Amino acid sequence: MLPKAKLWLALTVAALTMLSTNLQAAWDLNMPQGVTQISRDTYDLHMQILWWCVAIGVVVFSVMIWSIVNHRKSKGAVPATFHESTKVEIVWTIIPFIILILMAVPATRVLTHAYDASESDLDIQITGYQWRWEYRYLRQNADEDEVSFFSNLSTSRDEINNTMPKQENYLLDVDNPLVIPINKKVRFLVTSNDVIHAWWVPDFAVKKDAIPGFINETWTIVEEPGVYRGQCAELCGIDHGFMPIVVHALPQDEYDAWYAGRQEQARAARAQANNVVTRDQAMATGEAIYNRTCVACHQAGGVGLAPAFPALAGSSVVNGDLTANIELVLHGVPGTAMASYARMLSPVELSGIVTYIRNSFGNSTGDLVQPADVNALLEAQ
Amino acid sequence: MSAAHDDHHHGPAKGLSRWLFTTNHKDIGTLYLWFSFAMFLLGGSFAMVIRAELFQPGLQLVEPNFFNQMTTMHGLIMVFGAVMPAFVGLANWMIPMMIGAPDMALPRMNNWSFWILPFAFAMLSSTLLMDAGAPNFGWTFYAPLSTTYAPETVTFFIFAVHIMGASSIMGAINIIATVLNMRAPGMTLMKMPLFVWTWLITAYLLIAVMPVLAGVVTMMLFDIHFGTSFFNAAGGGDPVLFQHVFWFFGHPEVYIMILPAFGVISAIIPTFARKRLFGYDSMVYATASIAFLSFIVWAHHMFTVGMPIAGELFFMYATMLIAVPTGVKVFNWVATMFRGSMTFETPMLFAIAFVVLFTMGGFTGLMLAITPADFQYHDTYFVVAHFHYVLVPGAVFSIMAATYYWLPKWTGHMYDERLGKLHFWLSFIGVNILFFPQHFLGLAGMPRRIPDYALQFADFNWISSIGGFLFGASQLILLVVVIKCIKGGKKATAQVWDGAKGLEWTVASPAPYHTFTTPPNPDLIEAP
Repeated sequence: MLPKAKLWLALTVAALTMLSTNLQAAWDLNMPQGVTQISRDTYDLHMQILWWCVAIGVVVFSVMIWSIVNHRKSKGAVPATFHESTKVEIVWTIIPFIILILMAVPATRVLTHAYDASESDLDIQITGYQWRWEYRYLRQNADEDEVSFFSNLSTSRDEINNTMPKQENYLLDVDNPLVIPINKKVRFLVTSNDVIHAWWVPDFAVKKDAIPGFINETWTIVEEPGVYRGQCAELCGIDHGFMPIVVHALPQDEYDAWYAGRQEQARAARAQANNVVTRDQAMATGEAIYNRTCVACHQAGGVGLAPAFPALAGSSVVNGDLTANIELVLHGVPGTAMASYARMLSPVELSGIVTYIRNSFGNSTGDLVQPADVNALLEAQ
Repeated sequence: MSAAHDDHHHGPAKGLSRWLFTTNHKDIGTLYLWFSFAMFLLGGSFAMVIRAELFQPGLQLVEPNFFNQMTTMHGLIMVFGAVMPAFVGLANWMIPMMIGAPDMALPRMNNWSFWILPFAFAMLSSTLLMDAGAPNFGWTFYAPLSTTYAPETVTFFIFAVHIMGASSIMGAINIIATVLNMRAPGMTLMKMPLFVWTWLITAYLLIAVMPVLAGVVTMMLFDIHFGTSFFNAAGGGDPVLFQHVFWFFGHPEVYIMILPAFGVISAIIPTFARKRLFGYDSMVYATASIAFLSFIVWAHHMFTVGMPIAGELFFMYATMLIAVPTGVKVFNWVATMFRGSMTFETPMLFAIAFVVLFTMGGFTGLMLAITPADFQYHDTYFVVAHFHYVLVPGAVFSIMAATYYWLPKWTGHMYDERLGKLHFWLSFIGVNILFFPQHFLGLAGMPRRIPDYALQFADFNWISSIGGFLFGASQLILLVVVIKCIKGGKKATAQVWDGAKGLEWTVASPAPYHTFTTPPNPDLIEAP
């Protein structure tokens, strides 16, 4: 491309970005009231304490400003000599104390309610990973098909790197949203597989840390169907800013249909696990997975981010023994950011990603991994 | 021997050795203050990188990993390198002169406690040049992100923290020993200036909590290198333990950075209101109450980790209680201004801005104490706005107020008032444009420590960045003012400010190299 044309393209993209930014700009000033009893109660608490602060501020700063305006030397003010008053000091100790009690009462009530996670209708285990969420619907009986999936950022790297205009839900879109029924008490069991994350949806007023080795519980009853968005709220490494949360709240019948569909998918995936794939299919699957899952650390072009995140281009592992390579992807490398992908990806996806990295970035082993190869290794354990 | 005894006062040594080997409290105070200013500019430049990246949505300037290094280093450098040493520098310069002592009680240790600091920060900053990059896990360095998942440079960070802690503990011991043993006759405890009182209490906080910080980083060191599992769940450890230990240090640390500021403001407002400080006794008791409460509120930083409800309620109530003594302080300052005879030189402007903006930070602190509301605020820009309001127009403004207030005493010259006021107004406007919109960002749902954000946060972010650049650039004016003032200017009198009270104003300006080698006349000592 001509340098000039390149410049114009860059400018157009920049202009589009600015435009879309301005179109969707929202001058949100306040906390959302949300769609649950707890979120509305929290909003009320927030407003109540805010107004107390405003009232106290108005009184204190008025006295101060009045003094600044009137009691200045340039106006000939003569300093008074008082410097203490036990009476006044007792008053301004007691009054704030009373205000605090007035605040503590409703705060205690809301907190007690928010902490009561008993008698839930549906339990979902939420596990934080660097940098995605896993949702697992706890089954009512053991012979049901389990619904469990990972939820990844679906905003493209091109949007993040400013080579494509940003879409409306930039950084707040995922491939597989969490789906819950409305008007049901949904209990979340929150934990983590690696570092500490925090699962937060402002519209539910639910924020809970996901901590390795702990299972925290929290809950919500969503009253209106809709799509609710949130983000990870605890610094969890490089892609902390890129692990959003999207929740679809559906009426019960739609939820049931969705749930049945997911169970069907789980059965289909099991059936597909030993399908034979072509090289093109494997490469396409692998590329998609790479750009979604691997690119944060191993970087575009497989160049890595020295020294913590090794390059894949020219890597001795990627160009070495195939089985060792698959096993590394399956089990990760303990003590590093390389996670175990045995559960995070399906055998089809795993075969794709290994095929892709062994035949990209200048690597040319010529290997084509089949889902059956991956299954064999998984079952060998 | 007696004939050879040379009993005239030694002036400072010449050249570099003056600064390397000095045991003089004024020289060491100067070293601390210059060091702190250098760190302020370094930490500030990291903040500029952060605000530049956040100017627009998308990744423009830096990679997320480098962004995390910037937020981490900005926090560490500002807390341990800029704010804390600045207050130690002020303490060194002023406490002996305020209590009529010839020097600090432990002058050689004083030299040592300063000179290990540059090595600590050189070690910490050098990680930026290493392959693994600087620490990238936030200034709160939560495990296991800072242990199992940390870059290799974490070990440099751990030893740098150890050295900073040793420096702080030595400084604190020195201040306690000086204040308790070296007061001039007649300087009873309840006649001490509030800056001395607040520092005495701060020094006890430092001695109590810096070993806890040393403990937590040592546990990290063992987890990383010696196979222990204090914080590693897979080995039977507890990642939440890290947070309890860290915040048991971290919350008193917050007050370590603000109590001396209260002392500074309590010196400046009476001077420029030409009226005695209102409620001196209650100021002392309020400071002590805040210090006590600071030990029993740490878990309000951890409301979302899943504590039992009894814990949540206890820490909510205890945290709310802090509003009472803090309120007393603010009311006392306002009552001091009330019916005074005020003038508005630069130190007073900074002090008034402190009272207003620190109080706003206090209000958001009260909001954050309400546990259910904190579930919404926690780890968002609302928290960022809150603690920057108490730390920048709070602690940092008080340091600037103190600098302008005592600069004539230090240099013997009046500073350029016009430039000082320009510095104040640009800083005041800049800091509010920078941090006020961050309240809105947090309430609207923007998490902290993210290098890129959703589009609805775009507008307040660019406004905040503009404020950041304005505030950052304005600080260079302070450098100009200080250098100009050292080089020359109108001669300052001993009194400097006509309303100023206290022993430091009875010595000449600039303060001679040795002051109060004989104690002051006890009749000159009156309650502030």
